[in-house]
Amino acid sequence: MSNQPEPIKKVSIICAQGSLEGVYPALIMANGARMEGIEASIFFTFFGLNAVNKSTMKNLKVATVGNPAMNMAMPMLKFPITTPFPTLMGAIPGVSNFASWMMKNEMEKLDVPPVDEFIEMISDAGGEIYACKLAMDMFKLTKDDLCEQVSDVLTVGEFYEKSAGASIIFI
Amino acid sequence: MPTRDIAGNTVDFTDDGFMTDHTQWNKEVAETLAKEEGIDALTDRHFDVLEFMRKEFIEKGTAPSIRKLNKLNVVPTKELYQLFPGGPAKKAAKIAGLTKPQGCI
Repeated sequence: MSNQPEPIKKVSIICAQGSLEGVYPALIMANGARMEGIEASIFFTFFGLNAVNKSTMKNLKVATVGNPAMNMAMPMLKFPITTPFPTLMGAIPGVSNFASWMMKNEMEKLDVPPVDEFIEMISDAGGEIYACKLAMDMFKLTKDDLCEQVSDVLTVGEFYEKSAGASIIFI
Repeated sequence: MPTRDIAGNTVDFTDDGFMTDHTQWNKEVAETLAKEEGIDALTDRHFDVLEFMRKEFIEKGTAPSIRKLNKLNVVPTKELYQLFPGGPAKKAAKIAGLTKPQGCI
């Protein structure tokens, strides 16, 4: 018997947030797993459903209010990363749109696809996309509201069944 | 850094099995590396991907991303995963004689 740790074979990622900075980590981790030959699924729940809802998935925003990690180190402003982004400024109309546009731009430069294209890419790569039944009921959504890549709407119990043998990652 | 003899070619590798010099690559080398990665026979479609990746790598210094291969109509993502099962970006780069891909996407 070797003492080599067992490589990861399967990951189940739970995405419970609907902001850009909440959704991208889930997408990147799932896609990265498939690239390594690891089985991957993402279970979108609560506001995370916005990432698979056809009417919202193209318009996710970065949180400019109540986000203590947000700073003024934007490429064209050239402020140091230690300059805080005042939360009141984040509340001004258009600021959230602008910050989100800028983040999407920076992502594109790094070859990170927009959310809708990313979900298609993960699905094509063999990753499974699931939606949470309870959250769907709460938001009065049906499967028709979701993008075609969502293969199933699952209860929590079904999610655990499908996650047999997987590492579960909560984002 | 291991050096191997593949079908009469001297080929240098890193410890994790990536070629260090892409000019040592040829089709026989690719066939041998593919077998070691569990791909029994390379088809024309495999070579379409490998040759495009090599061209990009030589021009730009990095192998193209899976997204780029899809967008430039070289190979759809679904097919890429079928051609190189179990980690396409890494496997294809290895078989194409390129260095280990550095990107997360």
